[in-house]
Amino acid sequence: MKADEELVIESGRAERQYWFDLWLYRELFQILAWRDLAVRYKQTVIGVAWALIRPLLLMFIFTLLFGRIAKLPSDGNTPYALMVFAAMLPWQFFSGALTESSNSLIQNTNLISKIYFPRLIIPAAAVITSLVDLLVSFVLMLGMMAFYNYWPDWHILFLPLFIALALAVAIGLGLWLCALNVEYRDFRYIVPFIVQVGLYVSPVGFSSSVVPEQWRLFYSLNPMVGVIDGFRWSVLRGEVQLYWPGLLFSIGLTLALCYSGIAYFRKMERTFADII
Amino acid sequence: MVDWIIKVEHLAKRYRLRHQASRESYVTLREAMVERCQAVFRSPRSASPAKEDFWAIKDISFEVTKGEVVGIIGRNGAGKSTLLKILSRITAPTEGRVRLRGRVASLLEVGTGFHPELTGRENIFLNGAVLGMTKAEIRRKFDEIVAFSEIEKFLDTPVKRYSSGMYVRLAFAVAAHLEPEVLIVDEVLAVGDAEFQKKCLGKMHAVATAGRTVLFVSHNLQAVSLLCSRGILLRSGSLAHIGGVKETIDLYASTFAQGTDPHEQPDRRPGSGEYRYTRANPAREYFGGAEEKSIYFKIERRGNFLGKMWLSAFVVDASGTVLLQCDSRLVGALLGDFEQIAGQFRIRSPWLKPGSYRVDLFICATGMVDVWEGACTINISPILPYSVSVSEDGVKAGLVFADFTWETNDGAAGRKANLSSSREQIVELEKIS
Repeated sequence: MKADEELVIESGRAERQYWFDLWLYRELFQILAWRDLAVRYKQTVIGVAWALIRPLLLMFIFTLLFGRIAKLPSDGNTPYALMVFAAMLPWQFFSGALTESSNSLIQNTNLISKIYFPRLIIPAAAVITSLVDLLVSFVLMLGMMAFYNYWPDWHILFLPLFIALALAVAIGLGLWLCALNVEYRDFRYIVPFIVQVGLYVSPVGFSSSVVPEQWRLFYSLNPMVGVIDGFRWSVLRGEVQLYWPGLLFSIGLTLALCYSGIAYFRKMERTFADII
Repeated sequence: MVDWIIKVEHLAKRYRLRHQASRESYVTLREAMVERCQAVFRSPRSASPAKEDFWAIKDISFEVTKGEVVGIIGRNGAGKSTLLKILSRITAPTEGRVRLRGRVASLLEVGTGFHPELTGRENIFLNGAVLGMTKAEIRRKFDEIVAFSEIEKFLDTPVKRYSSGMYVRLAFAVAAHLEPEVLIVDEVLAVGDAEFQKKCLGKMHAVATAGRTVLFVSHNLQAVSLLCSRGILLRSGSLAHIGGVKETIDLYASTFAQGTDPHEQPDRRPGSGEYRYTRANPAREYFGGAEEKSIYFKIERRGNFLGKMWLSAFVVDASGTVLLQCDSRLVGALLGDFEQIAGQFRIRSPWLKPGSYRVDLFICATGMVDVWEGACTINISPILPYSVSVSEDGVKAGLVFADFTWETNDGAAGRKANLSSSREQIVELEKIS
């Protein structure tokens, strides 16, 4: 803000320059994201390897359970393990981002009660660490593709779009949960539950083509279904057919989630310092 | 051309107090849902009995012009911190408005955002960004910050391995290099050792004289009078006085001496209130520095109370430093059930320097039963308790006097310093009281 500009603090006044403020505080956003990354694996022995080990283990278990024991079909000719891992990428990202962002405000109580900045920065910065984890496990994905000698084609160019969709789902839901968490600490217990159940109700261990046709649209009520299908489609050479009605429905739902999440967050934001 | 940089108009802030069994500051979802359900069955006009409004500040208006250094004083709970929080946009006001011209940085705590796992170097950048500095700005001032903090050697050590002194020094060093148009500072000088405090005060003084606008809250009246040109006195949420710093401080000090402050009335004091002090007065108007100082008090029952209580007293000097804490548990005095008692609180040591001291009295149980700030004043006569008078530099340092001797083995030079009230030597001390 320039020196001759005037700032008015008033009750109930919608801060007109909110988004401009957000831009002004971009360096704080960068540095908070960097802080979360820097401290993440401090005092751990294997460090970033944790970002690889967890999805890898889950992939083994799911491939064994759903592929070998339950003998569920894969998408086209894709190796089952690859299909599972292509879903594990967005799922790990989503669950990490949701957990981090919903706890982020409480973990930064000292900042919120002592310093002004657009509070949106905190949950947004928290999501960044998960994005980095996603990049790390993507490298692992490439390694697995080399192992199976199964390479992606032009479909992969659409991957950023689906990453953006995953980001939007995580932020939309994360904003709702972190704002609620400030007032009602119940959400500390609700979030792990969502993450745990979500792993089984999302098509991570199996292909969503297993779901009967008449239930597909209903299944898309879970916005992660569209995200995971999209990931598989773009990473695995489009071997799975995109279910367009479901995907569009997911996108619509995600946008609604994001919009309402931001609106609710901004409504609650001004009282955070009083009730946290 | 208007020359104000901060304009506060009819500012008020209301907090909702919750009187609920749960000690947690946050509510649980269950409580919120139960409350909602109850509200359905209650007539809409009867307000929820579980909530009570509390106006932390009400109807405050003032202006600050560019380059002014304003001290905000008032006792605990007068609304100083709430005012600062509104001005620094941490919390929104309930009524009224604030108009600000220029970049505001607030320093309500040193080391906000410090992360223990990160190194000193990393924390300088983190803390700087949190306080609103740009990366380029921090980089430019980095060497200065490090030099000021005196921790060059430990720059790449995680701050969790720092001593608390180093931590505070680093934190203050970052804050001291902020260059906003308006700086809001809350009680940050109350940390660190005396040497470093002096350095901080010097830095603050430099900031204040450099034409920056500063709002400064402190209990340290000496610091306020040194740094500020104007003073704002808050009393239970309202603006009691605004004017020159000297007159404001005098007015503040006099509320402790006269009966004009709300703590005088037992029912308006903080604490659960089952028992209240009804009277407290020193045995004499003036005590000699080395004399026993005694204070008579009376306590009355005001409600039902079960369990043990104890009494406590603070003796506070003119700068706001608590010199003595005298807890009756330390000397084995616990109180049970009674209607009314009268008693005497006696201090035998240390010797107090000339001046006047505020006495705060407390009745404590598991929580505070009565809190009476400024219950009475102890005045110490300007006659020094030593047998020989010296120039001022011989008695200037230190907070209290000691009963001491210097002895050497040839015997002749040994001289015992002891009480001698016959010497009428008045030493002018620079004390504000």
